[in-house]
Amino acid sequence: MNIRSMIILILVSIAPNAFSTTIGFSQVGSESGWRTSFSESVKAEAAKRGINLKFSDAQQKQENQIKAVRSFIAQGVDGIVIAPVVETGWKPVLKEAKRARIPVVIVDRNVNVKNKKLFLTRIASDFSEEGRKIARWLVKATNEKCAIAELQGTVGATAAIDRAKGFNEVIANYPDVKIVRSQTGEFTRTKGKEVMESFLKAEQGGKSLCAVWAHNDEMALGAIQAIKEAGLKPAKDILVVSVDGVPDYFKAMADGEANATVELSPHLGAPAFDAIEAYLKGERNVPKLISTTGDLFTQETAAKEYEKRRTN
Amino acid sequence: MKSISNHQKPAVSDSPVSARLSEQELNAAKNARYQAGASNNWGRYLWPVCALIILLVVNLVLDPSFFSLSYQDGRVYGSLIDVLNRCAPVALLAIGMSVVIATGGIDLSVGAVMAISGAVCANLLLTPDVALITVLFVGILVGIIAGLVNGSLVSYLGIQPIVATLLLMVAGRGIAQLINQGQIVTFQSDSFAFIGVGNWLGLPMPIWIVVGMLVVTQLLLRKTALGLFIESVGCNASASRYLGINDKAVKLFAYIIAGVCAALAGMISAANIQGADANNAGLWLELDAILAVVIGGASLVGGRFSLLLSVLGALIIQTLATTIIVSGLPAKFNLLIKALVILMVLLLQSEKFRKQLNGLFSTKTSNNKFGEAQ
Repeated sequence: MNIRSMIILILVSIAPNAFSTTIGFSQVGSESGWRTSFSESVKAEAAKRGINLKFSDAQQKQENQIKAVRSFIAQGVDGIVIAPVVETGWKPVLKEAKRARIPVVIVDRNVNVKNKKLFLTRIASDFSEEGRKIARWLVKATNEKCAIAELQGTVGATAAIDRAKGFNEVIANYPDVKIVRSQTGEFTRTKGKEVMESFLKAEQGGKSLCAVWAHNDEMALGAIQAIKEAGLKPAKDILVVSVDGVPDYFKAMADGEANATVELSPHLGAPAFDAIEAYLKGERNVPKLISTTGDLFTQETAAKEYEKRRTN
Repeated sequence: MKSISNHQKPAVSDSPVSARLSEQELNAAKNARYQAGASNNWGRYLWPVCALIILLVVNLVLDPSFFSLSYQDGRVYGSLIDVLNRCAPVALLAIGMSVVIATGGIDLSVGAVMAISGAVCANLLLTPDVALITVLFVGILVGIIAGLVNGSLVSYLGIQPIVATLLLMVAGRGIAQLINQGQIVTFQSDSFAFIGVGNWLGLPMPIWIVVGMLVVTQLLLRKTALGLFIESVGCNASASRYLGINDKAVKLFAYIIAGVCAALAGMISAANIQGADANNAGLWLELDAILAVVIGGASLVGGRFSLLLSVLGALIIQTLATTIIVSGLPAKFNLLIKALVILMVLLLQSEKFRKQLNGLFSTKTSNNKFGEAQ
């Protein structure tokens, strides 16, 4: 008995309720903490809505995802959600779904197909909105006067480019809020620490800096260590803001060492189900791209949020 | 074969005449030979040191505060110390790499070994009832095992070094991710963190680890015949075997040294951020280490090495990295600038290039004279 037939057998044995919606979800895998909470969030959302969710973990392999989608089609599910591992190679299987009249929603990463009618909609995080959100918070917290050190993500990464774009858009309106130092920390803690160390030395031991803005939490955590080792107090002498919302960063906020972060929302399940349910009710004008942004978190709620996240 | 032939030539010509030479003359000849060797040796330091000085001067122009040192919280504080501190992992890798390269091999797996040793240490620190000394011991053991794997593949199974170590370079990161279960494992251990962020006698611990490793390896290789064996194997492995040198064991030993250096570097980087990041720890550092060895003037074909020069190479790379950060240029130029500066350093070292440069200038001046005369 091969694995595929075993999966189908298992799926059949969990006999679906004939009256509820059945949705198949093909997930990339569980390579990071964020991915795990993304899967959990989708499952929780399905349970809340009474959707019969068929979950498939592809273990970072596209062929597993394609197999899963084909088996969803064979079972005649009401909708399919795909979190694609890569952008290319989706056309044939999307066509099969289209022929079976099953709506497909792409979440998180993109798929590269010419015919946009092959899928219902795509749900993705809006990186520039994340940058705008954190910039607005920083401008307000510093009374519109701040010299910022920026730790960029990997040069050329979409997340880095768009987050910087959104952030700069907002601070452009405030003449006294300026980025005085900017360099890449390559999204890693080590480089974030190293770059911040040099920034502190170059800016009179950090006295002329008011905040550090990191394109992800890991770099911010490195910067916090550098600030501490320079004998300053992170989040007090130099404010620390970033994007992502990893558990370690919530802990740093709870300990009073970081100020704010915008969560890279793992809650992509709700909008995906919304779109499919709307389609099933006859709505045909679903927008092709639905952006989501996570919420902004600060020190006040950090301790509670950390408790909630560390269990995952 | 350079170094060996240098030693041997006078010895051969000495032997038949030695009967006629007095003790004094013999000693004088020995001394002259020694001095010739020494001065030749110092010449190798000229260009790397020049490059480092030029980089430092650039920093002086960009921002004089680069050189300011102050004493606070029981340690010396300043950009120069940062450079020394941050170059520690690459310097350690470079020490190991020079030994391997001297045998005519190469070790691409050092970055991955860093990730494994960091991951192993981080996970051990999270296990209750594990003494710090065990953690350190197991961390170094990881390096020894990695060296044994690489070394046996290269010397006993005869696989090309670049392929043999590529295996562990790819697999090693996977192993580290497996150990960490795909997450960044963070730990709270002040005693382990000490090797990354602690200070001793006013200087960061990583500097002392590099100095210690440098002294130990230097003594081991230069005060015993081992260094000569390594160079001889690098020059010609089969000739060395006929001379009675166990070339396989020598190669194996070289890879073990590289493994231990990589493990130490991995522990330093894990301790530095108090976490093990299997995806990024030591990523591409093997290339920086090879670069450091090359900047130090070693030949990639093997047979010649200087640990001190390799560490100097690592220092040049890190000074450059810090310079770029401080310079305030956009991040997208980082790699380009790095490549250009490294190219310049290598060109400075090339005797051919220097000669051509001289030739270029002299023809230019003669042309000018010719023009003036007309």
